[in-house]
Amino acid sequence: MAQIHTNQTLSVNLPQVLVLGPPSIFRIYEKHLSQKFMLLKPWESPIPLEEFLSIHAQNTTAVLTSSVVAYLSSALRLLPSVRLVVTSSVGPDHIDLKECRRRGISVAYASSVFSADVADLAVGLWVDVLRKISAANCFLKTGLWPVKGDYPLATKLGGKRVGIIGLGRIGQEVAKRLEAFGCKISYQSREKKPSVSYPFYTDVCELASNSDVLIICCALNDQTYHLINREVLQALGRQGVIINAARGAIIDEKALVQFLQEGKIAGAGLDVFEHEPNVPEELLELDNVVFSPHSAVFTEESCKDLYDLVVGNLEAFFSNKPLLSPVQFDDFMR
Amino acid sequence: MRWPSFFHRRRRKFSSPQGRNQNLHRALRILSVVSSKLMENKGVLMTCPMSSYLEEQLQKRFRLLKLWDSQMKADFLKQNSQLISAVVGNTVLGADSELIDSLPNLEIVSSNSVGLDKIDLVKCKERGIRVTNTPDVLTDDVADLAIGLALATLRKISVADGFLRNGLWKNSDFGLTTKFSGKSVGIIGLGRIGSAIAKRAKAFGCPIGYHSRSRKPNANYKYYSSVIDLAANCQILVVACALTDETRHIVNREVIDALGPKGILINIGRGPHVDESELVSALVEGRLGGAGLDVYENEPEIPEKLFQLQNVVLLSHVGSDTVETCKAMADLVLANLEAHFLGKPLLTPVV
Repeated sequence: MAQIHTNQTLSVNLPQVLVLGPPSIFRIYEKHLSQKFMLLKPWESPIPLEEFLSIHAQNTTAVLTSSVVAYLSSALRLLPSVRLVVTSSVGPDHIDLKECRRRGISVAYASSVFSADVADLAVGLWVDVLRKISAANCFLKTGLWPVKGDYPLATKLGGKRVGIIGLGRIGQEVAKRLEAFGCKISYQSREKKPSVSYPFYTDVCELASNSDVLIICCALNDQTYHLINREVLQALGRQGVIINAARGAIIDEKALVQFLQEGKIAGAGLDVFEHEPNVPEELLELDNVVFSPHSAVFTEESCKDLYDLVVGNLEAFFSNKPLLSPVQFDDFMR
Repeated sequence: MRWPSFFHRRRRKFSSPQGRNQNLHRALRILSVVSSKLMENKGVLMTCPMSSYLEEQLQKRFRLLKLWDSQMKADFLKQNSQLISAVVGNTVLGADSELIDSLPNLEIVSSNSVGLDKIDLVKCKERGIRVTNTPDVLTDDVADLAIGLALATLRKISVADGFLRNGLWKNSDFGLTTKFSGKSVGIIGLGRIGSAIAKRAKAFGCPIGYHSRSRKPNANYKYYSSVIDLAANCQILVVACALTDETRHIVNREVIDALGPKGILINIGRGPHVDESELVSALVEGRLGGAGLDVYENEPEIPEKLFQLQNVVLLSHVGSDTVETCKAMADLVLANLEAHFLGKPLLTPVV
């Protein structure tokens, strides 16, 4: 019989969880998770994934995954008993929610665990772009200040018009922070939010033409794929800056590269890219771009909070209790 | 007596609203020309290059003398000392005792900064020399930068930028950073800038504590009478007070130790606020968690040991260095000089 690569000897009575990816949270908390669950880890097996799933995962009811797993849909087709998918991502765009709903599979996600961290990074990237923090830090650490004199003047944040795309939890956290900087907030969202008083735009182009910075805080789905295209960048204009800590594919990356190279927008702060971990080489020469390796959510504190949430969701599932952070399908599938 | 008809015509012209308006504009034009002529001859000494816009405007309106034009500064001052009525200085070079003593006709020092540590205020008071600075216009920029530095330090934004630029993301993960939101922030000096920093940090859910010469009755934050207590009770310590004899090295070894290996120091005040050699040792030895620095004890020299540290972010005294604020500061310097020479109240007097 093929060897099952699990922590079987110590965890025979523990509920079984299939891990796909593995997600980053798993790499940090593997030991802790293995004390609570019997973990199926296909990457430790020499046999192909499809075969592994056919042999070992036919009775598996729970899957732990993340946005790194592009093949989740095809994997789920080989798992007849799955009833729960737990993702460690904020956005469930890597999950075929329609199919899950059809099959009665519940999905739990990271919910608001990361909202503050993502908002912090979005704000941090914008401050960095406008005030040239990373560029100046790099300049100084080469010892050039006494030789080359002062770094060029930067741009003030106060009074700038901030256009937030997607005013969900993260968007609202960004708005709250930037209001304290004296910025004027407007937003575009699927629907107007009655509880906020910021000016609302139905059209992203119109928002862009009335903003000094666009901060993307929406989920990636069919409607938001390449939402930021040439037209929007043109509307944003030569003094405009774009900040993306959401998903790379929300921006037409080729268009963005061209606009930055030609000076048709003033700068960008990017935590996400269309083809991670590949970053457009042309941008690497520009000092008005600040890069971040999809790390908006990766703080020690949030990882611990995420671990608690993942475990909480799995334990709730196995005890037939309500999930802590279920995806409401209607919220994501319009 | 019958008045001549031309007199009646003039009287009608002056007494009508249009007439009064025209008169006013004419008077203002005359006054403007007279004022310009008056100020053109006023000698203004600029101590160092600080703003090309300010330099242009000073050149247009006054008789501008640039201290850096001559290698032999002492001779330059001797030759021109009688001419100089005003000094425009900044955080690099102000008006110290020696300079003031060499200028017998000095009437006003208009500093292109809010900080006054480079001006001998006592001497100015003794000689009746007016002093102005540039408060308020730069408050927001400096506060923005303090938060930007804290975010950059805790979230390793600059390190991450370099990680990607060097192609390292293709083969490895970046690793975890530290959350900013919710961390306790301790502010040394709750003046205009300190208060603006507190307002921003609050929006990130940070509890605020502060130390000041005295408790601020309108501040809703926890007050600490000792800097060490403040440092022991916060995770991010921000220096935002003025530099005086009392605040020199206010952040010393004891304060750094109280802040501890998980604490970070943000300095947007003045380099001498911090005992720099103690700061460097603490960072190198891991006794302090990190630092975001905009100022240093001997600018533009920065201790080289800081260059390799990933938990340190360095800037070159750019707290107010935005295009918009530089212009606003320069306009305030000019407005103060004009007010002085035209006998009007100064806009932002210190002395």
